[in-house]
Amino acid sequence: MSSKEKILAAVKLNQPALQQLPDLGNLNAIQYEDTFLQFSTVLKTIGGTVVEIKNTDEIIEYVKNNFSNVQNFVTTLPELPEIKMLDEKLDAHFLENIEVAIIRALFGVAENGSVWVTDEEMKIRALPFICQHLAVLLHKKDLVNNMHEAYNLIGAKQYDFGVFIAGPSKTADIEQSLVLGAHGPKTMTVFVIA
Amino acid sequence: MSSTNAKHPELSAIFNKDEARVDWHDETLWWIRQKRDKAAWSVPEWEELRNTASAIKNNVLSNLHNYLIEFEKNAIANGVTVHWAADAKEHNEIVHAILQQNKVSQIVKSKSMLTEECGLNDYLAKNNVEVIDTDLGERIVQLAGEHPSHIVLPCIHWKKEEIGELFHKHLNTPKGNADPQFLTAAARIHLREKFLTRKVAITGVNFAVAETGEFVVSTNEGNADMGAHLADVHIACMGIEKIIPQRKHLGVFLRLLSRSATGQPITTYSSHFKKPNAHQAMHIILVDNGRTVQLGRESFRNSLKCIRCAACFNTCPVYRRSGGFSYNAVIAGPIGSILSPNLDMKKHADLPFASTLCGSCTNVCPVKIDIHNQLYLWRQEITKQGYSPKMKTAAMKVMAVALSKPALFTIGGKAARWVVKHLPFLVNNRLNPWYKQRDLPTAPKQSFTEWYKQNRHEQ
Repeated sequence: MSSKEKILAAVKLNQPALQQLPDLGNLNAIQYEDTFLQFSTVLKTIGGTVVEIKNTDEIIEYVKNNFSNVQNFVTTLPELPEIKMLDEKLDAHFLENIEVAIIRALFGVAENGSVWVTDEEMKIRALPFICQHLAVLLHKKDLVNNMHEAYNLIGAKQYDFGVFIAGPSKTADIEQSLVLGAHGPKTMTVFVIA
Repeated sequence: MSSTNAKHPELSAIFNKDEARVDWHDETLWWIRQKRDKAAWSVPEWEELRNTASAIKNNVLSNLHNYLIEFEKNAIANGVTVHWAADAKEHNEIVHAILQQNKVSQIVKSKSMLTEECGLNDYLAKNNVEVIDTDLGERIVQLAGEHPSHIVLPCIHWKKEEIGELFHKHLNTPKGNADPQFLTAAARIHLREKFLTRKVAITGVNFAVAETGEFVVSTNEGNADMGAHLADVHIACMGIEKIIPQRKHLGVFLRLLSRSATGQPITTYSSHFKKPNAHQAMHIILVDNGRTVQLGRESFRNSLKCIRCAACFNTCPVYRRSGGFSYNAVIAGPIGSILSPNLDMKKHADLPFASTLCGSCTNVCPVKIDIHNQLYLWRQEITKQGYSPKMKTAAMKVMAVALSKPALFTIGGKAARWVVKHLPFLVNNRLNPWYKQRDLPTAPKQSFTEWYKQNRHEQ
């Protein structure tokens, strides 16, 4: 008997009588009067930066003014002509010197300040983790109240890899002192466009 | 984890020698508990969310057989190789075999309490494989030759000056520098080199979705992602109880997990791994290691609902003052005290007694495990099997006789009050285990029975 068969047989023998799944519709999950206000308040609290913009040119201006080594900026967004487009074929290890990566987020979540990104938006999975600074473009209309609405929006969509990102990489492992930039980005800037 | 058979009272006594440190440990964890409270109160439907999470987990345990089959089928369809391990030994052998197939002897690993439970690092070290733990806290305890003392905050027992000294020794940081910002930056450089050069990365699993075959890993540091995305082979190790039915259920658990753990609204990264990269191989190891036995213990199966947030650690008055190592188990704290006896009842017989049964653990548990009830039930089970701590059993027998004979109880009470008043050294001496870390209150002049007899007509 294989371990699989052994484990499954033991589970079947020992699991209790079937209990029904609860209906998530009964949760009355939190709603906010102003999802943008909530989103930006939370994101700032967890170390992120929120910048409201009217057009994508402002992204270029902002990153040039706030970060150095412009030759090491990359983007996956065609609307940022002055920033180098990410070469999708690149081996992820060559991204280690990326200073700023600018990508799109599909939506943001007001209750926790996170944004949802899949491999379609990052092209190379390591990109939003290995860059020194992460910048994300988000449309104001693409804000949901809570994680239940988030998963309703994701629904049965196909992705190979997806991630909720909420602020810069961080740790508080040394005496609970918060330090931004553990292994991943030291900053996260979300550009919110109306 | 130490392989000695030292018990919780002795090990707590070691931790309690440094009173200032105990206070610091206690206050730090209580501060995290308070952050948890604030985060929970920011969600008006928090209690309903806990009820829902508990109900989902009850459904999982009652239908685990089918969910495991569904998960495996979908994961394989996603291009993932699925392995089944009956116990720790088999789990470790599977990992080692994958490493051998890929001719790899150096790997990175992000936090996985399951691999701790299986003793993977020691096993691989014996087989000449170097494992680098990449969570900062885990790296610190690894450099120190220790194991995590807390499942979410592995080095919560370490002071920054000691970490500065450790990094000076191992990472060549300047002597005397204990600045957390500086030390974290040093670790970032040290570990980046490992992420970029290691071909195999191991991660744990927070949730695995039967419906889609994907699994979710939550970290704040981004170390799971740095490891997994830069490696040729990603091995994810999970206990079979980590399954949840559908993707939408992640919404419930991700709302609860980090709020309960650290008071954050969500961890920085909640990564959903579904298919391997084009040039990558992905493996999932499904591990039993005693879980099916626990599933069959009607009184104790609830413990399998645990999502490893450690809220019960941070709130526990015993854990906060005795430290993680006093439990002598991979998973310390209240949840560890109800999980560990299932793995080895004799070795961990002391743990269900390492509690005041105050019930705070049960009150903060995001999936509503009745932890303090289970602690109480384990005490009975352990006593029935003859493994209960001898001193406590003897004292309990005396109490049982006293409580069953009212006259004896009255005389005993009188004698005790007299002794405490006139001969306190008979109680407050080192031979009395109860007196450790306690102050003796002054004895009342009369017993409650005497007081009641005197006063009942005065109403």
